Amino acid sequence: MKRLDALRAIYSFLEDRVVVTIMGAVAAELQSIGHRANFFYLQHAMGLASSMGLGIALTRPDRQVIVLDGDGSVLMNLGGLTTLARYRPRNLVHVVFDNESLLSVGGFPTATSTGTDLAAIAAAAGVRRTATARTLDEFRGAFDEAIAARDLTTIVAKVDAVGPSKYVTELSLLENRFAFQRYLAII
Amino acid sequence: MSPVSTIHSRLIYDALKACHIRLLSALPETWLVHLVRMADEDPEMTLVRLAKEEEGVGISAGAHLAGVKSAMLMQNHGFLASINGIVSCAQLYRIPLLMLVSYRGEFGERDPWQTEGGAVTEDLLRALRIPFSYLDHPDHVARRIAKAQTLALAANKPVALLLCRDLMWEEGG
Ligand SMILES: Cc1ncc(C[n+]2csc(CCOP(=O)(O)OP(=O)(O)O)c2C)c(N)n1
Ligand SMILES: [Mg+2]
Repeated sequence: MKRLDALRAIYSFLEDRVVVTIMGAVAAELQSIGHRANFFYLQHAMGLASSMGLGIALTRPDRQVIVLDGDGSVLMNLGGLTTLARYRPRNLVHVVFDNESLLSVGGFPTATSTGTDLAAIAAAAGVRRTATARTLDEFRGAFDEAIAARDLTTIVAKVDAVGPSKYVTELSLLENRFAFQRYLAII
Repeated sequence: MSPVSTIHSRLIYDALKACHIRLLSALPETWLVHLVRMADEDPEMTLVRLAKEEEGVGISAGAHLAGVKSAMLMQNHGFLASINGIVSCAQLYRIPLLMLVSYRGEFGERDPWQTEGGAVTEDLLRALRIPFSYLDHPDHVARRIAKAQTLALAANKPVALLLCRDLMWEEGG
């Protein structure tokens, strides 16, 4: 499964949801499909996208929050999974695009390439709903189920280690940040 | 009874409430026990207990963008453990962070393990250009907390208040 196709498969759902993504390839791919004011791309701060999603989900329980994470990023903040599980925001769906790689910095393999299972780690951290998706159909099914369940879910989507040719986009970091804050202020 | 000052902890907690803080992230240490308990017992406060302090930067960033005022409670070694998050999330994205940092390892410290962190705390804050002040006397607690938050919000940047032994600890020496 290509991550770009997985993003396309859920894009119509993301259109009016609060979305927080990690840096680099994921951010550039989602922007290539179409940027919206309700999408925030946390460039550079590895590991903290899920923590940001938690901060939003806890303070805005009325909004559905989707975090689009990566294997390398999650591995850098495994403790964050325990905090997510502990507070169990039912309005948060945590998608981890696991390409077994630090794709955005040259594609060096992560520990998921040698057997580390992030869905199992999330489950062991206390996340009650977890799923691993290897095909587009499985991914779409797991995503729809997570939304319908109205409960914290970590979905590990196994994707190919391919991405866009460049990661810097037209959108400036601060423009994205302030527009996202204004979006959250009016909804 | 613990020599951590309940009265001064209450003063700090009330000052945070007066600043409309509604979310507190915390990784406890001895000096912070009362503050964490007060947050836990307060139905108006969302207390987020962390596994590592750096998570608190992301949580506060999310809360801020969502329109909720928050603060972080940690010891100075937790500040050390959060530095990349402070730089790469809060400073890069202009997020106001109100950090209450217990200042272990300063004059009067008996625990040998606190002393290295104590000796580098202020230099690191300066190197990061994080404005900071001290909470070392009950008379200025409320004012300094309010002013620190005002600056953080005006500058859209992290600020720090160092919780000092003279305020937090009741035992002489
Ligand atoms: C603390 C820190 N170390 C290293 C980097 C460099 N870096 C940027 S993106 C990235 C890889 C992210 O990996 P992953 O979350 O799996 O996303 P992918 O690039 O594979 O989509 C790294 C190591 C960084 N931004 N921060
Ligand atoms: Mg990856």
